[in-house]
Amino acid sequence: MNARGAVKVEFTPEQLVEVRRLQGLYPDRRAALLPVLQLVQDVFGHISLEAEEYVAGLFDLSPAHVHEVVTFYTLFFREPKGRHVISVCHNLTCHLLGAQQVLTHLKKRLGVEVGGTTPDGRVTLLSVECLCACEIAPMLQVDDRYEGNLSGEKVDRILDGLA
Amino acid sequence: MAEKILTRNFHLPGSHTLALYRETGGYAGLEKALAMKPAEITEAVKRSNLRGLGGAGFPTGVKWGFLPKGHPGPIYLVINADEGEPGTFKDRYLLEKDPHALLEGMIISAYAIGAHVAFVYIRGEYVQPWRIFSRAVAEAYEAGLLGKNIGSSGFDLDVIVHRGAGAYICGEETGLISSLEGKKGWPKLKPPFPAIRGAFGAPTIVNNVETICHVPHIVRRGAEWFASLGTKTQGGTRLYSVSGHVERPGVYELPVSVTLRELVYEHAGGVPHGKRLKAVVPGGSSAALLTADEIDVTLDVDGLRNAGTMAGSAGVIVMDETVSIPEALMVVARFYAHESCGQCTPCRESTGWIYKMTRRIIEGRGRKEDLDTILDVARRGAGTTICAFFDGAVGPYISYIEKFRHEFEALISK
Ligand SMILES: Cc1cc2nc3c(=O)[nH]c(=O)nc-3n(C[C@H](O)[C@H](O)[C@H](O)COP(=O)(O)O)c2cc1C
Ligand code: FES
Repeated sequence: MNARGAVKVEFTPEQLVEVRRLQGLYPDRRAALLPVLQLVQDVFGHISLEAEEYVAGLFDLSPAHVHEVVTFYTLFFREPKGRHVISVCHNLTCHLLGAQQVLTHLKKRLGVEVGGTTPDGRVTLLSVECLCACEIAPMLQVDDRYEGNLSGEKVDRILDGLA
Repeated sequence: MAEKILTRNFHLPGSHTLALYRETGGYAGLEKALAMKPAEITEAVKRSNLRGLGGAGFPTGVKWGFLPKGHPGPIYLVINADEGEPGTFKDRYLLEKDPHALLEGMIISAYAIGAHVAFVYIRGEYVQPWRIFSRAVAEAYEAGLLGKNIGSSGFDLDVIVHRGAGAYICGEETGLISSLEGKKGWPKLKPPFPAIRGAFGAPTIVNNVETICHVPHIVRRGAEWFASLGTKTQGGTRLYSVSGHVERPGVYELPVSVTLRELVYEHAGGVPHGKRLKAVVPGGSSAALLTADEIDVTLDVDGLRNAGTMAGSAGVIVMDETVSIPEALMVVARFYAHESCGQCTPCRESTGWIYKMTRRIIEGRGRKEDLDTILDVARRGAGTTICAFFDGAVGPYISYIEKFRHEFEALISK
């Protein structure tokens, strides 16, 4: 841990092998930047400024370029997130079918606003654009999974299932 | 009921496996294709009147024909599986339920255009589709359907699955290419078109998942058969994603000559709870809105263009009489404000300000001049940007206000 409480960012030798493999897949190794950033996030939970610098070193890119990329995409987290991430779709079809009620219910149950993480670090709550599962609206993504046709009870069941 | 082509196996357990795909005639198109000359395949795709199903509706064979002849370096095929257009979900079904159909289409298409590397760009949120598709890729390698000397034809193809990281603009083909190259997803100025200078500076064909899934059937059953399924200017069936206020939301595969009324009422079961229809978005949120009186239109690219809207991604969003159109526009405007990549000033500024104006109208703080300001800004900005993102936002801005102006005015004068 350093002064900011961040974990030191450094891949293990096995992870570095994976980085090299990803870099070797593409005609230009820099194309592996997104997958390598995904790896950083999988391993360290989020992508800190320190991690950006570390990754820049792995690619001979400027930290500014890596920062530009990290900040462009919504799935890269620059701050620690909860053990689970719930993203409620608020786009048109979900809005028509009750996304706002889903979000209100979740805010109340979790005691956080959109963008917030519960104090115990269990859940981060987000409100996002169309996840392209409008046939099951209103819907949300919880970690890797899509859940749809949401009601208050169904949302409660989803929450109860999260460690 | 019309014949199902792309969705014919969706209901079968194990539809995503190589074994089932083969049992149901899969990879027969590939065998036939590898015995043809590449140019013959491109010719067949041209004659089939297959049009791109990602959004722009451009004739697929014509696009392939733009590649430089006898190019000495690599050529790439890129599959657009970044599905992000609000109201659209059909590519997710194709990736999950029939990944080998996409792979077969990719091998044939790559052979036709002379590509030996194909990328599949899958939106980052699609974790399950990515897993299923990646498993299919591994299966195909093991079966000798990918890699070196496919089916002893001497043709080689590698497939690289690339995941996005959350950005609607990466669905735009040049934004997608930037993202694939490891950059933020900023679209690039055209020309040069990707067919001349695309991914990694090489000639590149970008096609939508569904477009490519049609190719094996065109090869197997003939261009004329495919063309005969549709209209004079667009062949085939298409997957319509239907959502919102309908009895049976879901993916419907229908000939492109189907009308919007048939789709909503006969296939999707009409509006629930005896409510009346108010409006329909016919082609993803970037398509102009149609009112309940305007749904006797065919859902092909040209039919919807003639109706003043677009077929886009075939995402059909149905709204019943209870919907507030100003509120719907605010939700849509929020999307465009959030997703503008920020590169071009007219788009970055207009999407942000228009969202703020729609919000204040909803909150009862609208001003008399707001509606005309939005229309003016939308009209002036259209066509001035690097990519078509802003034009897509203009579709809803103008149509929602022009067709339901009284609803906006009622909120403003309150
Ligand atoms: C803002 C914007 C977003 C787009 N999103 C997608 C998308 O998610 N999927 C897609 O296939 N095409 C999308 N397109 C269209 C692509 O630019 C391109 O036309 C398409 O991938 C070409 O394939 P096709 O000819 O097979 O349709 C988008 C276009 C724009 C302007
Ligand atoms: S609007 Fe929510 S998934 Fe499309």
